[in-house]
Amino acid sequence: MKTPALRSKKPIYIYLVIFAIAVSYSLNSVSTVAVAASSITFGLPLAMAAMVGIMCERTGVVNIGIEGTLLTSSFFGFFVAALSQNLLWGLLAAIASGAVTGLLLALLTVSWKMDQIIAGTIVNILATGLTSFFYKQGYSLPAIFPRWSIPGLSDIPFLGRVFFQSGPITYFGLFLIFVLYIAIYHTPWGLRTRAVGEYPSSAETSGISVRKLKYTNVIIAGAFGGLTGAYLTLELVGSFDRGFSAGKGFTALAIMIFGRWNPIGALLAAIFFGFAQALANQLMIDGLVNIPGPFINMLPYVLTIVVLAFSAGKVRGPAAAGQPYEREQA
Amino acid sequence: MKYVRAWITPLIALLIAFSIGAILMITQGSDPIRAYQSLFTTAFTTQEGLAKTFGKATPLAISGLAVVIGLRAGLFNIGAQGQLISGALAAAWAGYAITGLPMIAHVPLCLLIGALFGSLVGYIAGALKAYRGIHEVITTIMLNSIVLQLAEYLSNGPLKEEGSIIARTPDILDSAKIGTVSGLPIGFLLSGLLALGVWWIFKKTTTGFRFETVGKNKNAAWYAGIAVKRNTVFAMVACGALAGFGGAVETLGVVGKFEPAFNQGLGFDGITIALLARANPLAVIPGAILFGGMRGAGPTMQFSAGVSPEIIDLILAIVLFFVTAPIISRVLKLKSDSNTQVTSGWGSN
Repeated sequence: MKTPALRSKKPIYIYLVIFAIAVSYSLNSVSTVAVAASSITFGLPLAMAAMVGIMCERTGVVNIGIEGTLLTSSFFGFFVAALSQNLLWGLLAAIASGAVTGLLLALLTVSWKMDQIIAGTIVNILATGLTSFFYKQGYSLPAIFPRWSIPGLSDIPFLGRVFFQSGPITYFGLFLIFVLYIAIYHTPWGLRTRAVGEYPSSAETSGISVRKLKYTNVIIAGAFGGLTGAYLTLELVGSFDRGFSAGKGFTALAIMIFGRWNPIGALLAAIFFGFAQALANQLMIDGLVNIPGPFINMLPYVLTIVVLAFSAGKVRGPAAAGQPYEREQA
Repeated sequence: MKYVRAWITPLIALLIAFSIGAILMITQGSDPIRAYQSLFTTAFTTQEGLAKTFGKATPLAISGLAVVIGLRAGLFNIGAQGQLISGALAAAWAGYAITGLPMIAHVPLCLLIGALFGSLVGYIAGALKAYRGIHEVITTIMLNSIVLQLAEYLSNGPLKEEGSIIARTPDILDSAKIGTVSGLPIGFLLSGLLALGVWWIFKKTTTGFRFETVGKNKNAAWYAGIAVKRNTVFAMVACGALAGFGGAVETLGVVGKFEPAFNQGLGFDGITIALLARANPLAVIPGAILFGGMRGAGPTMQFSAGVSPEIIDLILAIVLFFVTAPIISRVLKLKSDSNTQVTSGWGSN
């Protein structure tokens, strides 16, 4: 079976990237490791959030409510963990609340056939309203998820620090991205999902329940978004504020497009975004450049627009994404 | 009957939202009647409250109109926020940096510069949509963040008031200030005129007709000989100019300088107002007065009933939900109102 995006990448780029890392590592190993590790740290939540978009759009539902999913789930993740003083309860609450936002989106778009953009906006604005009203100051987590050093692997120079000294959600998230890749291109579920996203009426003719599959996928995607929210608050930052997700859900959509609706493509795109952020930070820390803070902060947003300006138009998403599906009456 | 239907859904939505708000207040141990009473009496009966209400309602009305133009032209302009901030900052700069002008020239100049900078932000989103096929929802949200960061940089750096601890520009000159006419801020009267103007454009002019045709059916518009891409860009420029104008009016009429924290969330309330008004420019005005009152007097609920002002955020979110989701029309068995359809693909048009 053809698996696009990966085959079309010329290996020369991979060698170039490895070569650049090797040169940089030999010049300044400390900074290189720091940048590479932060690329993953910054990129992973974007990649995971992009998976939410991919799962939804592959079944024909445009999800601009990812931002709301992230906000809601990190809110519940943080406060449940803080109140119960137990990170696992927080993790479960985050995943469950993420799934609920998915359910809401499915209800609005699949059952009520609302405009999907407005439906996603509703998810976002409701999430903002709920989390800012119920937000209370003065709570704190018992801890954050600790890093797990994988014995043996974590001692490898460079790769060990970058990949094998991370927290549990990082490992799990990366694992799920690969699972999603295989599931989309190599399982019956993936074939059905893609069929619904491209041509729902012919999928229905071949016996797939379009409605059921859309509901399932959008809810699972929401749960995955919940895991992303849990990563942000329980593993990466350890706190929660109003407007905590800071536009990551929208950047994730750009990453989804940049990665051509392919999980691995999106992962690479997200790491590229993370790399840009990490590099700017490291240049500041090393005192090599002096960029005012606001310009560092706007980097992901500028990058999103630039990347889209160059990659949109050349790529094509699932054909039926954005259109409500009306089953034909006999 | 048509008019009844246009009003009934928004009214029921407001009623439901206030009821849910009341239940939430009760669960938090507060008295909703006292909270609402203080909210509305402060907002609509006291002199100080009314000034605040109309001061807030002005940029809300104008950014609501900016969203309405987009919706009519098939664009979902989430970027009113960024367009408004860029207009507000530019007007503040023009208000203190350009000296020696009489009021009659200075005020219009500041407003014009605000509209110009707002339209520039709108143009970026419009051009990216028309010529690169990037959905305006993504670009406008990204532009909101970019403009906010730029504004923070400028008001904390090159344009910062000397000696100020917080990020803000110097006060604008007296010749750039907009006053009031018998209690009503002139800015608010301007927003009323703008609403009439937008209504007139869509009712009577070919420009409005072209916008709506493109919004309803791109292919038909193209077939009829309308330059679809140019119209898309033009519509976004118009949205941006309006929102930028709104920001400028707020700077000149209410704030008197630019301070990043002062304009938060105005553009998003504009979205709710536009959808509550069902994209009808004239209905934007009452919506903006209501929202302006709630935003302006929200903090008084804290003193009188111990309700945190963030409940307004939640109430407005619930309003938006019930106005746009087809629940009320289903329950009342109204013929489903024509849904505003603004979705188009991300990667292509």
